[in-house]
Amino acid sequence: MPHKEQPDFQELLARGQEGDRRAVGRMISRVETNGVADHVMMRQLWAHTGRARVIGITGPPGAGKSTMTDRMVKYWRKKDYRIGVIAVDPSSPFTGGAILGDRVRMNDLALDTGVYIRSMSTRGQLGGLSLACSGAVSVLDACGYDPILIETVGVGQSEVAVMNVADLVLVVSVPGLGDDIQAIKAGILEIGDVFAVNKADLPGADRTARELQIMLGMNPDMNADPPPILMLSAEQNQGVDALCDSVENRFALMQNSNELMTRRNRRLEKELLAYIQDRLHKRVLAPELDADPFANNIEAFRANERNPYTWAEGIMKKIEERTP
Amino acid sequence: MADKKIRILIAKPGLDGHDRGAKVIARTLRDAGYEVIYTGLRQSPEQIVASAISEDVDAIGISVLSGAHNYLFPRIIELLKEQGSDDILLFGGGIIPDEDIPPLKELGVAALFTPGAPLSDIVGFLSERYAS
Amino acid sequence: MGNKQQWTETTLAKSLARGKERKEFKSTSGVPLERLATPEDLHEDYDTALGYPGQYPFTRGVQPTMYRGRLWTMRQYAGFATAEESNKRYKYLLSQGQTGLSIAFDLPTQIGYDSDDPLATGEIGRVGVAIDSTKDMEILFDGIPMDKVSTSMTINAPAVVLLAFYIAAAEKQGVTADKLNGTTQNDILKEYAARGTYIFPPAPSMRLVTNLFGYCSANTPLWNTISISGYHMREAGCSAAQEIAFTLADGIAYVEAAINAGMDVDDFAGRLAFFFASHNNLLEEVAKFRAARRLWAKIMKERFHAKKERSMMLRFHTQTAGCTLTAQQPDNNIVRVAVQSLAAVMGGTQSLHTNSKDEALALPTEESVRIALRTQQIIGYESGVADTIDPLAGSYYVEDLTNKLQAKAEEYIARIDDIGGAVKAVEVGFIQREITDSAYEYQKAVEVKDQIVVGQNEFMVEKVPVGALHKIDPATADLQIKKVTEVRKNRNQDNVKEKLAALRAAATDADTNLMPYILDCARIYCTEGEICNELRAVFGEYRATEVL
Repeated sequence: MPHKEQPDFQELLARGQEGDRRAVGRMISRVETNGVADHVMMRQLWAHTGRARVIGITGPPGAGKSTMTDRMVKYWRKKDYRIGVIAVDPSSPFTGGAILGDRVRMNDLALDTGVYIRSMSTRGQLGGLSLACSGAVSVLDACGYDPILIETVGVGQSEVAVMNVADLVLVVSVPGLGDDIQAIKAGILEIGDVFAVNKADLPGADRTARELQIMLGMNPDMNADPPPILMLSAEQNQGVDALCDSVENRFALMQNSNELMTRRNRRLEKELLAYIQDRLHKRVLAPELDADPFANNIEAFRANERNPYTWAEGIMKKIEERTP
Repeated sequence: MADKKIRILIAKPGLDGHDRGAKVIARTLRDAGYEVIYTGLRQSPEQIVASAISEDVDAIGISVLSGAHNYLFPRIIELLKEQGSDDILLFGGGIIPDEDIPPLKELGVAALFTPGAPLSDIVGFLSERYAS
Repeated sequence: MGNKQQWTETTLAKSLARGKERKEFKSTSGVPLERLATPEDLHEDYDTALGYPGQYPFTRGVQPTMYRGRLWTMRQYAGFATAEESNKRYKYLLSQGQTGLSIAFDLPTQIGYDSDDPLATGEIGRVGVAIDSTKDMEILFDGIPMDKVSTSMTINAPAVVLLAFYIAAAEKQGVTADKLNGTTQNDILKEYAARGTYIFPPAPSMRLVTNLFGYCSANTPLWNTISISGYHMREAGCSAAQEIAFTLADGIAYVEAAINAGMDVDDFAGRLAFFFASHNNLLEEVAKFRAARRLWAKIMKERFHAKKERSMMLRFHTQTAGCTLTAQQPDNNIVRVAVQSLAAVMGGTQSLHTNSKDEALALPTEESVRIALRTQQIIGYESGVADTIDPLAGSYYVEDLTNKLQAKAEEYIARIDDIGGAVKAVEVGFIQREITDSAYEYQKAVEVKDQIVVGQNEFMVEKVPVGALHKIDPATADLQIKKVTEVRKNRNQDNVKEKLAALRAAATDADTNLMPYILDCARIYCTEGEICNELRAVFGEYRATEVL
């Protein structure tokens, strides 16, 4: 089996900061595999992070997110930004395998050395994805990519959770998805900072925008400063500039009002707690569960031969005995 | 340490649009537990190699039915070497006459699957390489 | 109680109690097959369901005498390397009794790149002949009278350009456009769905398709303007019922586009042609061709209110199924091709290409092409199946299967209608997903030997050495690049600039028919790449909806 040589992390970081996409790729693989559980690495990255603006892009399947991401990157490249893209695709829950196909829409960017694109699967584990994604963002941030775009379909808990990694969330809708706005899951609507109606050349685009406006108006938290709704057609490259500018303006506002820092602090706390929980689970709980798995007891529970709450209490007792 | 997922880039280089084989392989590898990065049609060797490096894949699989294999495989190998990434495995499939296979393998193509090769051969080849 | 039920409960039940059948029998669409069809399975009225050949609904064929008048056109798809090389192969095929030509173009030509474009590297003259300008077309038909031969061209995204080259080359021979007989494939929708040689997005592509319809209806009355193709979708993995459905759904989209462009249905519908695959399942395939014919007639009459009988006729070309050829024991492919050809002929095809035994390995050699052609000739002249019209009609089983395939296809067409038609169905990836799903299911069935492929997953032998394969001369690319450079050097450059600019200006107005502008460019040796680049500048390029 071919083994990749594993260069020292500091060396990888130095190379990544010089724009070596191979080094960036290696580092992301490492955080992706270990998550922030690779605390040595995360510790080293910390001092280099905090500069990048992290933008989440989400919306229902078929909203044209990848094409939109592609066009936004092209627009920002004209301003000479170095841009990182993380495209998250659902993985097959049964085998853990996945087909990640978002790059197809961004193929022209492959040869642009100022752009780094990475496909990521959800790997069927709740929470794990946002940890991996957060690690990847730290790597890209440390290597000087700004902005960083995270793109994912807005269905499923773990995909939505990924948006927590972003500073700002862009929610995309399109006309003609049936129950238009309903197609955007309620959870996403609330986290949106900027809204876009893509494929605005299609009939019904105005109606979609109006419906969005009404839905957003009903949310009391948003009344003070309603998020902008922009119309665009990514395919025809119309309205992309206005959208990008609006996103940048929003960032500036958030920075001035200290909202950005508040969000980042909240996120950092969450992430660290998740990290602690993850390690606690692995160190403390998992061994007990392995020793007396829930699945082995189901029949006994159902047959009233064993009480499930006694089982749960038993697990807790064992943990307490080990860690007085 | 969590499982390291094996990542494989599947691409159709050149202008040929017959992607039945590439798609069936992509699905087969997904169902065998691999992470497949699919880049679709009309990829130049340069694009394929750049994507493979960014994605930090373990292997690249390409499908060539147009007879351009004697150009495309060597070019990808050459680019991988130039960019210090020849630890990425290159394999492929398609309409490739027997006599063209040894020279391509000589150049460093890890495996070539011709029409009728069972899917299990392809999965077997990869799982042998990446057995944990 | 019917006799069939009685038989099922007595004689059959006893037999099944003693021993099970070999396996579950299903069609390619997964529909269980009748064990035994009887008159009880057919409820239709002969005159309305079947009728007579040459009359609505054309179930039994589109011509009143079918092959008793004339055998089908034996048309071998061929082309490779340079125009000079392919010209030699065409002359050979014609000398061997082939009755029509069918041009295979290389990939750069199919996607609108000149041979010296960097994107053409490695592909020049590989899967077909490289044609960069009218000059190459003149060489391709050197010594072949263009008013005598019927020519089919497998060209889609740039069909207007290659037809313009063809017309301009004919003019050089002194043959006017109205004498030209043949077909341009011109079917862009299946390129998005399965074959992948698209250039422009759907809207301008559909415009080019209908521009060609419009030009031909006024200028080339003998030209088949489109060959609406199920072949490639079938090759990509769909079932027989899906092949009918997706092809006819594409047909519906083209008819709608032409009507929306202001044409009268009876002015163009008679020049629409179709193209299907023929697979190994002989009876299902015969039923497929008959069902497609009957369903299209119904669609044209009831949906589009065509008046002319000709507008309702589904005339089709058939090619035996390339995806059934095995690289193992390639001689077995001769037998597969014979079975598939029989299906096409008993299904009433208007023309036929038979694949060569070595095509899973390379482009065919001259010898293997000859065997493929001889297969058609043996069926036509020796087998007797061409001596009577629609010989399998009235077979309880074939009629039942014809009905079932038609019903299944109508279900799919209704789903595509719900999505908003074939263009939309391709844009959202519906058709691609159906095809990929079927392909994957089939492959898994082969893998576990639910589907036996003789010589490949069963009845295997140690590898048999294969005979000589066709090789493309490596000098082809350099030669072709030199030729296109020469062409560009030896022409009136001011003229070229002027005509290309006129084309671009015309392209910006969606209501202008571009064919006359392209023909102007073709006559003065503008290259294909130059013409397509003008159109790219206005139309943009399509990016695929990848469905996995």
